[in-house]
Amino acid sequence: MTATQKGMFVDTSICTGCKACQVACKEWNQLPMEDQEAVHLGNAFLADSYDNTGHLSATNWRHVKFMEQFSDDRRTQSRWLMMSDSCKHCVDAGCLEVCPTGALFRTDFGAVDIHNDVCIGCRYCVGACPFGVISFNDKFDGTTGGPHMVKGTVNKCVLCSDRVANGLGTACAKACPTSSITFGNLDDLKRLAASRIQALHARGQTDAYVYGWDLKAEGYDRPSDGAQDLKVVGGLNVFYLLLDKPGIYGLPAHDPGLPQKNILPNAGGALLMAGVLGIAGVASFRKRRMDAAAPAAVE
Amino acid sequence: MDLQHSDFIVFMGSNMAECHPVGFKWPMKAKAKGATLVHVDPRFTRTSAMCDLYVPIRSGTDIAFLGGLANYILSNDKYFKDYVVNFTNAPTLINAGFKDTEDNDGFFSGWDAAKKTYDRATWQYQRNAPPPAPAPTGTAEQHEGQEPAPKPVAGQSVKGVNWGTEIAKLLPTFPKEDRTLQDPQTVFQILKRHYARYTPEMVEKICGTPKDLFLKVADIITSNSGPDKTGAFVYAVGWTQHTYGVQLIRTAGIVQLLLGNIGRPGGGIMALRGHASIQGSTDIASLYNLHPGYLNTPSANTTHDTLKNYILTETQPTSFWSNTPAYVISQLKAWFGANATVDNDYGYDWLPKITADHSHLPVFVEMMDGKIKGMILTGQNPATSINAGFTRKAMRNLDWLIVRDFYETESAAFWKAPDVDDSSAIKTEVILMPAAHVAEKDGTMTQTQRTLQWHDKAADPPGDSRGDLWFWWHLGLRLKERYASSTATRDLGIKNMTLDYDPEPADVANWRIKDEPAAKKVLWEINGFNYAKDWKDRTLLSTFTLLKDDGTTAAGAWIYTGVTPDKNTNRAAMTSGKNDGWVSPNWGWAWPANRHQLYNRASADPAGNPWSDRKKYTYWDATAKTWKNVAGDSIDFTATKAPDTKPNPTGIGVAFQSGSDPFILKTDGKGWLFAPVGLSDGPLPTHYEPWESPVNNALYKQDRNPVTKVWDVAGNKYNTFAGTDFPIVISTYRLTEHHLSGVMTRWLPWLAELMPELFIEMSPELATEKGIKNGDWVKVSTSRSAATARALVTRRLRPFNLGGKTVHQVGMPFHWGYMGIAVGDVTNNTSALVADPNVSIHEGKAFTCNIEKATGPSDFLQRARKVPV
Repeated sequence: MTATQKGMFVDTSICTGCKACQVACKEWNQLPMEDQEAVHLGNAFLADSYDNTGHLSATNWRHVKFMEQFSDDRRTQSRWLMMSDSCKHCVDAGCLEVCPTGALFRTDFGAVDIHNDVCIGCRYCVGACPFGVISFNDKFDGTTGGPHMVKGTVNKCVLCSDRVANGLGTACAKACPTSSITFGNLDDLKRLAASRIQALHARGQTDAYVYGWDLKAEGYDRPSDGAQDLKVVGGLNVFYLLLDKPGIYGLPAHDPGLPQKNILPNAGGALLMAGVLGIAGVASFRKRRMDAAAPAAVE
Repeated sequence: MDLQHSDFIVFMGSNMAECHPVGFKWPMKAKAKGATLVHVDPRFTRTSAMCDLYVPIRSGTDIAFLGGLANYILSNDKYFKDYVVNFTNAPTLINAGFKDTEDNDGFFSGWDAAKKTYDRATWQYQRNAPPPAPAPTGTAEQHEGQEPAPKPVAGQSVKGVNWGTEIAKLLPTFPKEDRTLQDPQTVFQILKRHYARYTPEMVEKICGTPKDLFLKVADIITSNSGPDKTGAFVYAVGWTQHTYGVQLIRTAGIVQLLLGNIGRPGGGIMALRGHASIQGSTDIASLYNLHPGYLNTPSANTTHDTLKNYILTETQPTSFWSNTPAYVISQLKAWFGANATVDNDYGYDWLPKITADHSHLPVFVEMMDGKIKGMILTGQNPATSINAGFTRKAMRNLDWLIVRDFYETESAAFWKAPDVDDSSAIKTEVILMPAAHVAEKDGTMTQTQRTLQWHDKAADPPGDSRGDLWFWWHLGLRLKERYASSTATRDLGIKNMTLDYDPEPADVANWRIKDEPAAKKVLWEINGFNYAKDWKDRTLLSTFTLLKDDGTTAAGAWIYTGVTPDKNTNRAAMTSGKNDGWVSPNWGWAWPANRHQLYNRASADPAGNPWSDRKKYTYWDATAKTWKNVAGDSIDFTATKAPDTKPNPTGIGVAFQSGSDPFILKTDGKGWLFAPVGLSDGPLPTHYEPWESPVNNALYKQDRNPVTKVWDVAGNKYNTFAGTDFPIVISTYRLTEHHLSGVMTRWLPWLAELMPELFIEMSPELATEKGIKNGDWVKVSTSRSAATARALVTRRLRPFNLGGKTVHQVGMPFHWGYMGIAVGDVTNNTSALVADPNVSIHEGKAFTCNIEKATGPSDFLQRARKVPV
């Protein structure tokens, strides 16, 4: 890791669940509403606390989760956790490792970005992401869904690579009113995270820990007692301060490692098959996708 | 911004994290620095989630809770004695005839049961006898037991009037005081008796707040107040929208004055305004009873028949408001220009006078009666507002309706609302005019800290869309044209308006729209100038002390004078905030006089020294013989008036007040624990139940505010008080994801999908009782109407135990309607027209309802869904 590695630190202890990050993400990246008809006809209400988008998807690159934790008497336990989730831009990124065409690639800033025009829509990455982030778009093209949408390809947060390349932070971090989402150099963010852990522990909130990096192992000063940090998949360029177990936030409780450890035999088989059948197979796969995207090409 | 310096913050009547999410960063800063954050609310919201302590309270019982805090402070000697004795009216003696609600079972003295009003004579200060000679020129009734009200003579012109002489005649003598606070008629002793029964046990019984949690709050606010610490209360419409809303906020004022938390850094009562420039539209007067700068609208019901009588009625001789003549005459000069002269009383007679309450609710009652023929709506959507079914029906009586908005709102489409069976029977001519967005026009917004911020036009609005300024200016010009040949007296106001806001060629050179008025000229006129006929000869004024009462100055609103001190300086557009200190005096401009902390003289002790180093703010520099401020804020006091200055019994305005009277807009310079004037429902806040409540008043035989404004008309039936038909308390509110009636959000895809559907929040206990499961359809009904919504069953709500009786509370956001992408039933179909007696605000935060499981959406909603987006 060098000083140019960029990322985000998401401090869930000060997230107010306002969803400004979700809107800023959609506004900057011109992402479409997921299902207008469902909203108009009353089929979009999830009855799941204040969450009505439900999950990360090809059109929802950010998603705020709401976890209500109340005991019957509302005294023993009484809290409402919120967490703004997105792609973690893993150091060992499963999606990137399995991508057969190089459509997924590592940017100069350490983010995982997508060349949608190189994506063949094979969806290996979808299965390879341990966090359920990257998603397949079979609905929108450039006309109906904005510049990022190519029907039959995958989408996810790209760490606002266009903004970052021009010296700006991510749109979500810019919009966050409480600085719950901070964009910056990874080492600065780790230092910030360590200071937040210290401050919260000093206030008695010893259940606060970092998900993504082991700050102590990374050489940062943080209290030894209380909840311990958790490093996963070689580290997360977008990492979190959490107040409860990872599973509560829908995150793997243990380091899932590189997912292709499990799916490599299949991936290998596919590559072998491609070798046997020649490039033609891949080319035709790609052609189908391009046909589907034809209206966008006209635009 | 000042909230970052608070040691405690109590959010009450506010869901700041959700409804003011951007400003919420300041409380979060305070928390990071160690402040204790408390949320007192019927629901556990996103604000509660950010606080150290959440305290449940039944909707509408905040006066009992805050009165309980006042009682705790007084009975445990936790008040800030030096502050209370010197800076508040605690030592002042009240008229011997005063009777409290405690003596009178819920009524103050002066109640007239037939007229349902109070005579305030017994609420007045006792005053010293006038000096024996020379005989005072003030009228006798001011001296004992009467508010200083002049008895002007009708029909005189202002020509030749010396205002100083006239106002001097109105001067009363000083109020009587007992600085030991022992006299039973002192405000302090009256206050103590008034709240003595507001014990933690009583708070629990009325509010449903567990006693231990109440005491925790009491401990947090008292241990974080004093010379060394300060804290703030933060409220929004959760406090205002009650039939005793003004009194509710007054109670917080009492608590904060007792704790010494007013006029000091990190202290105060933060009123969070409803949207971007609602503060600006109160300042520059969208209310029927106010002219810009908080000057009362002339009324046919008081001695406002001539300009002289208006001014003498409105001028407070013993406060900063003694300058009223200059503000009024400068305003008339701004509006009527060269046509306003001393010979015609500056055009005062051309102003229309109000005859009654013409606020939102009674206007729709009059519309229902067919008395109102036309209406222009700019950025307002009454078709989904209070008692929305009544409102929409009333609108059918209009001959014409103009709606200026971004979309075809529910109000523009009222004639085809889902409950209209035959729209051809509605004869109203509806004209929908597309409005421009904020980025498509120049102008200012005044935000919740009274700070004006200028925004430049970034693009022409599309097509025929135009800004409101464009609309009203061109309407004014066309009216002038229409009435040019009229000889009717009533048309003189229109004929004589100046409206000289023509754009300079350079202003519009780069835009498609060439007839856009110059917003900067409007701001210059509001700011004020030395009067000259043409703009080129007008020099702008830098402060309101330069305003004159002789027609040589013009200013639309004295409080804004100084925002543009000259034509090349627009302080509202300044953004040099980076190295500007935490007050940021050079970022935007806060009225009045760029004063960020009001009454900041109170941040120093009576001798002018800071109360503590930690809370040092404004202080007296004895060497330089001037007041100074550590953070660059402007001094809210006469800059060179020494702390030991004695009050002058013949001095006008602040000269009548001493050097240790910080509250210069009050007639005695004191913070008012007890309000002898200004309120129609009592000098002290008293607990009453909401107009609709499932329980009786636990404190008094009088259940409800006796002065409440009620409209006993068809279509506005009230639920039986403390009845069994509608036993559930309901509160309506906003969410982060939507704005007000949703016109700026339900049409926006990115926001519509975040909160797609109207829902009702309820506790699992109530849901079980009613057989309702999470996500089910629920019918919510009142005596007015019903609405269907999806159930959100959550432990964030809870039943209240009121002395053994269980009362359930539900809550519904009010963002939805029958137009747009995200449609829903209209929550306000269920609410009632009923209002606070002082300011006519409705009671949307606490009324009663019943709920039952429904099989699906109402017919109303099903029809709304059929309208394509």
